[in-house]
Amino acid sequence: MTLGLINANPVVHAKKERVARPLDDPHADDAVDPLEIYDYVRDIRDPEHPYSLEQLSVLSEESITVDEKLGRILITFTPTIQHCSMATVIGLCLREKLKDCFPAHFKVDIKVAPGSHADEEAVNKQLNDKERVAAALENPNLRQLVTECLYSSEL
Amino acid sequence: MTGSSALNFWNAYWSGTLMLFSHWAMNFSIQSVKPKSEDIGVSRDELSRALLLAFAATPLFEPFAIPLLLDKLSSSLPSAKVESFKYLGYCAPMYGSDRMAKHGGALWSSVKDVLYTSPESALSVESESDGGMIFEESDIMVEALILLEGLMQQNSDLLLDMILGDEDINNFICSFLKPWDIHDTPLQLRQQLHSVGRLLAVSAKSSMASCNRVFEKFFPQMMEALGCSVGNHSDESFATEDRALSSRFNYGTLYLCVELLDACRCLVLGFKESTSFPDFIHEKWCCMLHGFCRSLINIFFSNLEAVSGNAQSSFAYTGVKGLQLLATFPRSFAPVSLLLFENILLKLVSAITSNFDKKFSWGLELKALVEIGLYIEGYQESEKAATFARIVVDKFVSWISSDEPAMPLSLKMQAICETGMTGISNMLRIVQGMEKAISAKFTQAYVDGNFESVELVIKVLECYSARVLPWFEMNGGSEEVAWNLAAIIWDKIDNSSSVNLTVQNYELLGAAMTAMKQAVRRCSQESQEKIVNRAFRVLSASTLFPLKDSPFATSLSNSEDSYLNHHVDRVSCRDEWIISLYASVVIALRPQTHVQNLKMVLQLFIMALTKGHIPSAQALGSLVNKLPSKTNERHLSQEYGVEEAIDVILTSSIWNFCQSNTLRKCSLFGGGNEIHNTKCLAGLNHTSVHISAIVGLAWIGKGLIMRGHEGIKDITMTFLGVLLENTNNGDFPESCDPIEGKEQEVIPLMKSAADAFHILLSDSEDCLNRNYHSVIRPLYKQRFYNSVMPLLLSSTRQSNSIITRSMLFRSFAHVISETPLSAMISEANKLIPLLLDSLSTLTEDVMHKDVIYNVILVLSAILMDKNGQVAVLENAQAIINQLIGLAAYPHMMVIRETAIQCLGAMSELPYARIYPSRTKVLQAISKALDDPKRAVRQEAVRCRQAWASIASRSLHF
Repeated sequence: MTLGLINANPVVHAKKERVARPLDDPHADDAVDPLEIYDYVRDIRDPEHPYSLEQLSVLSEESITVDEKLGRILITFTPTIQHCSMATVIGLCLREKLKDCFPAHFKVDIKVAPGSHADEEAVNKQLNDKERVAAALENPNLRQLVTECLYSSEL
Repeated sequence: MTGSSALNFWNAYWSGTLMLFSHWAMNFSIQSVKPKSEDIGVSRDELSRALLLAFAATPLFEPFAIPLLLDKLSSSLPSAKVESFKYLGYCAPMYGSDRMAKHGGALWSSVKDVLYTSPESALSVESESDGGMIFEESDIMVEALILLEGLMQQNSDLLLDMILGDEDINNFICSFLKPWDIHDTPLQLRQQLHSVGRLLAVSAKSSMASCNRVFEKFFPQMMEALGCSVGNHSDESFATEDRALSSRFNYGTLYLCVELLDACRCLVLGFKESTSFPDFIHEKWCCMLHGFCRSLINIFFSNLEAVSGNAQSSFAYTGVKGLQLLATFPRSFAPVSLLLFENILLKLVSAITSNFDKKFSWGLELKALVEIGLYIEGYQESEKAATFARIVVDKFVSWISSDEPAMPLSLKMQAICETGMTGISNMLRIVQGMEKAISAKFTQAYVDGNFESVELVIKVLECYSARVLPWFEMNGGSEEVAWNLAAIIWDKIDNSSSVNLTVQNYELLGAAMTAMKQAVRRCSQESQEKIVNRAFRVLSASTLFPLKDSPFATSLSNSEDSYLNHHVDRVSCRDEWIISLYASVVIALRPQTHVQNLKMVLQLFIMALTKGHIPSAQALGSLVNKLPSKTNERHLSQEYGVEEAIDVILTSSIWNFCQSNTLRKCSLFGGGNEIHNTKCLAGLNHTSVHISAIVGLAWIGKGLIMRGHEGIKDITMTFLGVLLENTNNGDFPESCDPIEGKEQEVIPLMKSAADAFHILLSDSEDCLNRNYHSVIRPLYKQRFYNSVMPLLLSSTRQSNSIITRSMLFRSFAHVISETPLSAMISEANKLIPLLLDSLSTLTEDVMHKDVIYNVILVLSAILMDKNGQVAVLENAQAIINQLIGLAAYPHMMVIRETAIQCLGAMSELPYARIYPSRTKVLQAISKALDDPKRAVRQEAVRCRQAWASIASRSLHF
């Protein structure tokens, strides 16, 4: 039996223009900021649709907080629908992407936005449990799905 | 041909044409031709052009073609519309006015549809500041307007009936006759206003008759809406009329009015270019314009005044544009009398004077004045030219030396230069004013260091260098201006006895030197000779030049060194000025120009360069670059050729400190084992003199290397000698304590010798380039590269001191970063190991960071070059190892960034070759992910991804 799409008709938003940062400014504050993190994750493809997380408004710059001194990143994302079973896959993609982009001493917390998911607590728990994340990524099907989302050229 | 056969032929022709057009109708939108039409050998444009010619082949096609084209205008495809308008525009004159007349209604309605009903114009970028009324028309609109112009030329009455009788257009114009605020108007209304303005303009400028009709229909209404009345010509004063202000700020009407003015001005100027020049004065539109002219000018004036109050830039735009148009009507026809013209100029000048803090309107006003000036120059209006010169140019010139108006000096100079550039007579007036200003203020600035005078003279000199002299060169002016400038500066220097040393004074000297170089380089040989002789007289009268009893006058003596040291210390500020300006003159001379007393000049420059006076060194370089080489090329009176000059230069005792070298011996480098004379390095003072000497020698070498002279070998040897002599003789072992004084002295000396290679090969803007008439032998950099590389390599191999090696590598780095890649890439396999060696040596000292960056840029160029691939592959491991080291280079961000970029490029190499390094690279890059600079981090993420993906997506290692 072929399962239907979980959210067959998502609302697609326009991509925001990339803000070019001034180059060669020796006094620029080059600390890790939410925009830098957002630039890495905004183009991750949605597991279901050929749109980026940015286009589906799953993520925004404001939903990311970072504390470079403590080495902590917190990403809060909003699944497109309350019962989205893809929320955990999106979370896995975010975690995998950030692992590639930041040194190991950064602690990454990934959560769904409060009230945006029916199983909010369960999803949050699953996404921040390193054993379960490692186990999930050992599953070849899941690994392939995550890889496709991260490196897809469909966008 | 019998009657029946003719009929048969006609029938066949008719049916064939019908078939043809029905086929074209189906395939008209040339879109059906594939864009990738290379396969059929015909491009879309060619096909479209061929079809256009076929349509227009005979008027007999009219019954088929016009309905087809009109039908295609209703297509939703923009390109089909553009093509249709283009075809209609081309076919209309071919088919003739009679045939086209019956389609008039349909044509007008389609043009109106595109222009008025749904205009597709877009606001232009600069429209922000002018009230949002500058539009860029879409392609369809442009083609529609071209068609309309063509049709108006063909049958203006018919179309005008339609345009002027069109209710929509009439109602629209009437609705705009009421005052309204441009900023509150929706975009579509503004687009329509723009289109209606264009429609009226196209209609009015097609012919006198149509211009009359358009004016009769709309002009009185507009004038009434603006509250204008027919002026009283006897009253020449411009008393403020007591009229409701609101009527003066009726933007829509003003806008249309300006468009109409523009159209009739184009009409008149169009006639002026042709031979027959009709009498316009009795034309209706001209009479009307004449009557309302004064009131209109008044309204435009009040628009300008409004600017100073409320900064309403949209009104400034119409006001300035209106005045500019009225001022540029031909004099012979003149709705605008000379007095009105004067008033317009006065108003614009006063607006410029008071509005300098409003950037937008100030720019508009200046542009309008410049346009008026250009018009006068182009149309040879002598009366207006005199008025313009009196009111505008002379006024602006008077600003140069006065404190009034209180405008920033840079704006003043901008206004002065731009107005001057309208024509040769205006520019000459401006130049006169500038010359006066320099004459008046130069002494004050140069002697007393008076702040205002210094600033003024600097600005005027900059203006000369950047605008005035290039303008004269472009517009074929005489060299007199350049010559005068040089003469004035030398006169002023000659007449003053002392100079006050201030920081501004150095800026002034810089500006004077640039202006002098720019002026002299534009002079002819004869003028240059006069200038250089004049300069020499000043030079010889200075304290620098005790001609009779100086040791210079005799042959080189043992006391020269002490004389130099003594003399150098007491060079006064005035002398520095004189020698700097003299050097500037010499730098800009043509090769043919004869320099008198060359020996003394050479010796003087040598003396100055030991004090670190770079212009003297550059002048020496320029001299040896340009002096004739063979006796028969020489001027009869020329005492010196290049060989003699080199003799004089290189036998000077200032090079004694590097006696080990081969200057004047012309022998090959002996490997650095001679006994060296290092006595001269005894004191720090001497070290700085020797560094200056090396820099000077580098500039001389640059002059020689560019002309391909053999003497460069000796100079190169000298540099190598300095690099090697201080360490290889055992005085300076590897274990030397860096704090020891000797190293403190020797390292700067060696560094300057290494950096001399940079001076030798890099392009300089200050001297020795095509602008300054240098002799440049093709491929001189390649030649030098080929000759110096073996020497550098053997020296590096023989050297056993860390410091010497690093300095040799520094020289090597300068050479490779200045040589074109194409010259080096064929030997990339030999070059790469050296390049890596140099990187590893140079990274040990932070002072080499700039050089490392240049080397890594060469490396990245080799990585990107196809011809370097084999060599890169052979050395892949070594390159990767070196790049890994540089990815963590702490002193310069761009080095880390470029190194990581190069690593990213290395990941493209064949898998088997680079896989062994993968783990190492990924480990190094993960450290770069934590770099303090964002650019490096981002580059690291990309590089990590590239390297991770060569095996699998996994980053586990």
